[in-house]
Amino acid sequence: MPEPYRGALSRQPQRPLVVVDDPEAVELTGPVFGAADVTAIDSDLTRQHPGQPLGQRITVSGRVVDRTGRPVHGQLVEIWQANAAGRYAHRRDQHHAPLDPNFTGAGRCLTDDQGHYRFTTIRPGAYPWGEHSNSWRPAHIHFSLFGTAFTQRLVTQMYFPGDPLLPLDPIWCGVPDADRQRLVAAYDPELSVPGRALGYRWDIVLDGGPR
Amino acid sequence: MTLEPTPSQTIGPYFGHALPHPAGGRIAPTGHPDTVTVHGRVLDGCGAPVDDALLEFWQPAPDGSRTGAPGSLRRDPVDGTAVGRDGVAFTGFGRVATGADGGYVVRTLRPGGVPYLSVCVFARGLLGNLFTRAYLSQAADPLLSSLDARRRATLIAVPERTGVHRFDVRLRGDGEHEETVFLAFR
Ligand SMILES: [Fe+2]
Repeated sequence: MPEPYRGALSRQPQRPLVVVDDPEAVELTGPVFGAADVTAIDSDLTRQHPGQPLGQRITVSGRVVDRTGRPVHGQLVEIWQANAAGRYAHRRDQHHAPLDPNFTGAGRCLTDDQGHYRFTTIRPGAYPWGEHSNSWRPAHIHFSLFGTAFTQRLVTQMYFPGDPLLPLDPIWCGVPDADRQRLVAAYDPELSVPGRALGYRWDIVLDGGPR
Repeated sequence: MTLEPTPSQTIGPYFGHALPHPAGGRIAPTGHPDTVTVHGRVLDGCGAPVDDALLEFWQPAPDGSRTGAPGSLRRDPVDGTAVGRDGVAFTGFGRVATGADGGYVVRTLRPGGVPYLSVCVFARGLLGNLFTRAYLSQAADPLLSSLDARRRATLIAVPERTGVHRFDVRLRGDGEHEETVFLAFR
């Protein structure tokens, strides 16, 4: 088990958070998004360029709910990820792996009435990072979520089942034991598209929110 | 039923091609005469600029409405490119990435009913997001009045000239400068 990732010390507050216990706090409401904020193709990361991206085509879907199990409907889900070779279409990523001209690796969708989201993409590659010598991030997809309250705002990462890099990853291992597995998607044959894509299910529970 | 929440994870360094959107800091409708500019820098505990932070803003409309409106990150339905706001609707939501100098700018309208903008901070090296508030005035407010003067000052968006306020976010104190007050909600 690696030393868990604790982040950059110089960027982390030293003082305790100040608790706001105010039923009128603006943060108990939140922004909304609508049909004009997304197009149908935004949720299919394999169709954003003239050609097909390289890599294993997958679907990733699940439900977004709050802690009481209520679906978060009509809300924005955004994802971003590396390409199949483990490289981001981002200037600062200088990993010596090829960019894919047919893959940007960013997508978005709105959840449906039951809180479901669904993306079609390719399985991202693992990539090296500078945490320690020969450290590799397991394949992951970054997720950004909104609830009904700004307090529910969540940015996190989804992992793939059975990845041998997981127990070696300081970032995944930085999450307490009991919570870690909830960041790992499940392979779900029901979500696979015959002859086309492997299906993964990952449900998300947003914290906080209006009482 | 109480479900365990999904843990948060760092936003990492590579969100820039995915999350920021055109004119994400231009919350005020185009050319609105009451536009207020809020700008500043995000700084770390050494006073160094944080050049890969993402700031989000959420606020009531000037009439006090807290429902927001869609359209913060409109896409072109033909080619899918991001076209940004329509310049008319007040969505109440802003999103800006910091520049190489750690700087950001938002242009908005004063929120109705409260004196503050809600601010959510994401950055590489943070395990989760941080919440704070940028107060555009020091009107009576339960949070401000609960803090001592030095701490309270970190939440004030200082007027520089008419319609322009400065609000720096200091992620960690450096001994000389007070660290920004960050919030948890019950
Ligand atoms: Fe990543």
